[in-house]
Amino acid sequence: MLFGISWDTSSNAAFAASILPILLRGLLATVQASIVGFVIALALGLALAALKSSRLRVVSWPARLLAEFIRDTPLLVQLFFLYYVLPDYGIVLPAFLTGALALGVQYSAYTAEVYRAGLESVPRGQIEAAHALDLLPARVFRVIVLPQAVPRIVPALGNYLVSIMKDVPVLSVVSVLEMLNVAKIIGDRTFNYLIPLSMVGGLYLVLTIVASAGVRYLDTRLPKRGLPLR
Amino acid sequence: MQWLSYSTPLLQGAWVTIQLAAMSTVLGAVVSFALGLGKVTRVRVLRLPCIAVIELFRGTSLLVQLFWLYFALPVFGHAIGLDLRLPPVTAGVLALGLNIGSYGAEVVRGAVQAVPRSQHEAAKALDFTPWQILWRIALPQAIPEMMPSFSNLAVQNLKDTALVSLISLGDLAFRAEQVRNYTQDSTTVYTLLLLMYFGMALVLMAIMRVLERAVGRWRAVLRS
Repeated sequence: MLFGISWDTSSNAAFAASILPILLRGLLATVQASIVGFVIALALGLALAALKSSRLRVVSWPARLLAEFIRDTPLLVQLFFLYYVLPDYGIVLPAFLTGALALGVQYSAYTAEVYRAGLESVPRGQIEAAHALDLLPARVFRVIVLPQAVPRIVPALGNYLVSIMKDVPVLSVVSVLEMLNVAKIIGDRTFNYLIPLSMVGGLYLVLTIVASAGVRYLDTRLPKRGLPLR
Repeated sequence: MQWLSYSTPLLQGAWVTIQLAAMSTVLGAVVSFALGLGKVTRVRVLRLPCIAVIELFRGTSLLVQLFWLYFALPVFGHAIGLDLRLPPVTAGVLALGLNIGSYGAEVVRGAVQAVPRSQHEAAKALDFTPWQILWRIALPQAIPEMMPSFSNLAVQNLKDTALVSLISLGDLAFRAEQVRNYTQDSTTVYTLLLLMYFGMALVLMAIMRVLERAVGRWRAVLRS
């Protein structure tokens, strides 16, 4: 029994049908963790991108080193670090939030790169021309750079959301009840790992196919030449 | 200097991680080319299974694949009367290699398809066999283009090896977890652990750069 739902082991079909609602509860937790982690990654990535592009070397170099360090170390180890080290310094977070934070930290290194690439994809000549026409830097950014960068940034960020979903099972090590952990627990108790783990694989395929289709739809809907200005 | 006493188990674990990363990278490279070339072939009986495998491994989570191979496959084997119990190392290398190989397959496909069609036609007109076209025309130009992506995937794979600690394989992450349980010195152990993974990644990137430069020459030789 899990989440107050018990399973029926009389036949394989009955077993699969009885654990589906339990796995769907796990799927919900997986999606929630992905979204919270993604929002953290968006915010941290923005901060990291801003620091990396600073004109002051004392700011940009440590930021670059930090981004490289985050990118080159495993999510699992970063999660362990946050989960066991933060409480030593008086920061006690629930496992779910620690997990989402770890996802956010890991992916901030990637989202920072997406922001940078998106902003740099706007031709320099346009920015110089705008400056030559005496537009204020803030206005150049708002009406020239941003509308053209956003259609490039959004789909790339969406792809990272799909990647985050596939990394959520790592959170099971700190006992977050996401879908894989739920399936593992069912397997541990019934000694039948085949059905729950295969169902998790199937549900993951559905989840990533739907999410990827959503990202592709966004990609086709966003005007490549830039968002229209009012 | 308490952290010095951690070095023996951590270095033993690092050696396991290096071996795992090496084996799964090699398997991943083989899988990349097999599935990637399979996806661009015109033979449908080959192409469709390759596409299915790529989508299966890219569409699900690595940890799900690892658990499936380690926990579910033996149950499946039992049901059909075969002993499919895998030792943790085998399950780990298989899951890592097939997963990263499926991502690599897309890189191979992209690079091979980027070779201009006209070169295929010209080679065919000169009576090259399909194998010769692949081996002498397409791959020598495509492989250097693949290297930057392969470099990223190799680092990704190194990071992914940490997950095998969850099927009780004594890699670096697993050993660190043991040391932490024993000493309760989380900050030192996990800081060391992060630095060790970072160091290994830097070495791996240096190796990949050397490889990239080595295969980069193929283009120049062909042009002259």
